[in-house]
Amino acid sequence: METITTPHHADAHRDDTAAKLGMWLFIFTEILLFGGLFIVYSVYRFKNPVAFELAHHELSITMGLINTIILLVSSATVAISISAMQKNDKKMTMLMLGITLLLALVFLVNKYFEWGGKFEHGMYPGSELMKNLSNGDMLFFSLYFFMTGLHAVHIIVGMILLAITLVKVKTGAVNTGKYALLENSGLYWHLVDLIWIFLFPLFYLIH
Amino acid sequence: MAEHTETKYLPNYLEYQGKHKGLLGWLTTTDHKRIGLLYFYSMMTFFLAGVVMGLLMKFELISPGEQIMGAQTYNGLFTLHGLTMIFLFVIPGVAAVYGNFFLPILIGAKDVSFPRLNLMSWYLYILGAIVVLSSQFMGDGPPDTGWTFYAPYSLKTQTNVVAAVTGAFILGFSSILTGLNFVVTMHRLRAPGMGWLRMPLFAWSLYGTGWIQLLATPIVGITFLMVIAERLLGIGFFDPAIGGDPILYQHLFWIYSHPAVYIMILPAMGAITEIIPTFARKTIFGYTAIVISSMAIAFVGYFVWGHHMFTSGMSSTSRWVFSLLTFLVAIPSAIKVFNWTATLYKGSINIQPPFLWAISFIFVFMIGGFSGLVLGSLATDIHTHDTAFVVAHFHYIVFGGTGFAFFGALHYWFPKMFARVYNTKVANIGLLIFFIGFNMLYFPMFYLGLIGMPRRYYDYLPMFHNANILSTVGSWILAIGLIIIIVNLFRARKATGKIVDDPWDGKTLEWTTSSPPIVENFEEIPVVDHGPYEY
Repeated sequence: METITTPHHADAHRDDTAAKLGMWLFIFTEILLFGGLFIVYSVYRFKNPVAFELAHHELSITMGLINTIILLVSSATVAISISAMQKNDKKMTMLMLGITLLLALVFLVNKYFEWGGKFEHGMYPGSELMKNLSNGDMLFFSLYFFMTGLHAVHIIVGMILLAITLVKVKTGAVNTGKYALLENSGLYWHLVDLIWIFLFPLFYLIH
Repeated sequence: MAEHTETKYLPNYLEYQGKHKGLLGWLTTTDHKRIGLLYFYSMMTFFLAGVVMGLLMKFELISPGEQIMGAQTYNGLFTLHGLTMIFLFVIPGVAAVYGNFFLPILIGAKDVSFPRLNLMSWYLYILGAIVVLSSQFMGDGPPDTGWTFYAPYSLKTQTNVVAAVTGAFILGFSSILTGLNFVVTMHRLRAPGMGWLRMPLFAWSLYGTGWIQLLATPIVGITFLMVIAERLLGIGFFDPAIGGDPILYQHLFWIYSHPAVYIMILPAMGAITEIIPTFARKTIFGYTAIVISSMAIAFVGYFVWGHHMFTSGMSSTSRWVFSLLTFLVAIPSAIKVFNWTATLYKGSINIQPPFLWAISFIFVFMIGGFSGLVLGSLATDIHTHDTAFVVAHFHYIVFGGTGFAFFGALHYWFPKMFARVYNTKVANIGLLIFFIGFNMLYFPMFYLGLIGMPRRYYDYLPMFHNANILSTVGSWILAIGLIIIIVNLFRARKATGKIVDDPWDGKTLEWTTSSPPIVENFEEIPVVDHGPYEY
């Protein structure tokens, strides 16, 4: 009996390729999750083209653009952190992860002010104003709150992942010989970015 | 044991004591075999609860008028019966129990790729089950929408739909993670020499299933989230009063829920494909054809959802396209039936309980499949839509297919899982009674549907009385058969018998392990140099 080690000991079954494959498959499911929403969006926009176009003027393109730039830069910083890890530059990895987290936070702050502005004008899910909107406007703002809200949840999940990774890089649990977690968190962050790249034109840039 | 002193003793998975002992050891296990049994026991509990609900409904229908429950109770009961059976038993079903227990062994691996994620999937399953069932006791009464949660009724009803839908969402997440785990496991952990086309066919069916779980489940996940948002926040997606489109809900729901039928049936077919060659004592006929048909079912099954909506309002083009695709998906299913029967041809058939279960499976599955064609063609569907015919059809597929395969697989793998021998004679008698009861319960419902008895009502016109009596009595016979089967297995579970590693003379890798298997399945990872069924 003594000869038997505990099964599934952390390193005994380590398989980075499997971990990455698993993450890619999970990302498929996330894309399909939002895919369902894109279908709903397409159907309702097709049915209410005028209302959707007019409603989008209520959104600030500037705010959306700033957030798009923030996310694109954060995708770059997370990619740099992985390159830095491959070059065994722990300090740079941590710096870049820190900047990514900071940018994510700025994104959420922007989002807070954007949503807050809407709320101040009485425009929030379940409000009297929203209930009295015409059907097309109602659908546009329902989708707007739901899709950007769900995206914000994904931002928060991504931030948690990146924060855990940052701590593990610091303690050395994630290092230049073993950084699947860093790569997977990075992949997830790119996904969050990718979804926003679709949300931005769909809501802010309708013509 | 004196002669064995020099060999190292390897504990089997049942007696192994890790960091935690006893019950805690089970609840913190990452051993795929123990997780398989965790699923098995929880699933059997839900299944038996679902059976009791079914029996109560059948009792209500024994004659016209109110017997033991009113309309609202009946509505709540068929909703709960559907939720329990669909989400807690047949969708995870064969894959979560036997897939977990046997997939790593069949491909010569020590475990799945992500053992901790695997345990987490079980906890999500239990959490989802608790949330679904809490809908019965909390809020404003049990949901009465049916398991499909069709909008706009699911948005309007005063009953506790949110809990049920949230639970279903969590269960979907559990299902996705299991599928993901299995797909990665098959990509990464096949034993040396086991090429893709040397993989046992049960593993192949799990591969197809895994992809459906990954690609279809997120759609229903987001749909359920939208229903929750619409109920809680009052933002419009599906309620026509605020511009929503209820037909769109049906599309999104069935984009998942039709492939979900294949999540249920593919692993069942896979299990039958393992049983047939073992008892025909002959190589499976058309290995490659079965592999391709499994993947074809998984692929084509993704594009047939519209056949649930022939009467809901779709363009006639969509209707005939969906009808055509529905007929196409029957082809790979038929290929499998041909392969099973061709395997039996000139085989040295060893008649044992698992074999009889497999044969019964083919019989009821074919009735289910043929009646499915009646529903898949446009004209006859209009006549039978929302009648007892549909209920009979999907019970033949889901209960007759997945249920029979589940018990067939249990009788097949029982000696390996528990290292106990059951009484084959009692098992056969149990199956016979179960089989008679099953057909007596559901076959009259085809007739009832054809003469126009609608589904989902607690009451009916006197003209439907006779066949309903037959059906209700059938449900009792089925219950008796089920009790015999379970008691027989339960007694075997306790009794000690002669423990054999390979009681059926099977050729796949699980029969090369000890009974019960040791903790990491193999003392040494096997090297595979031939196909799975070499007789």
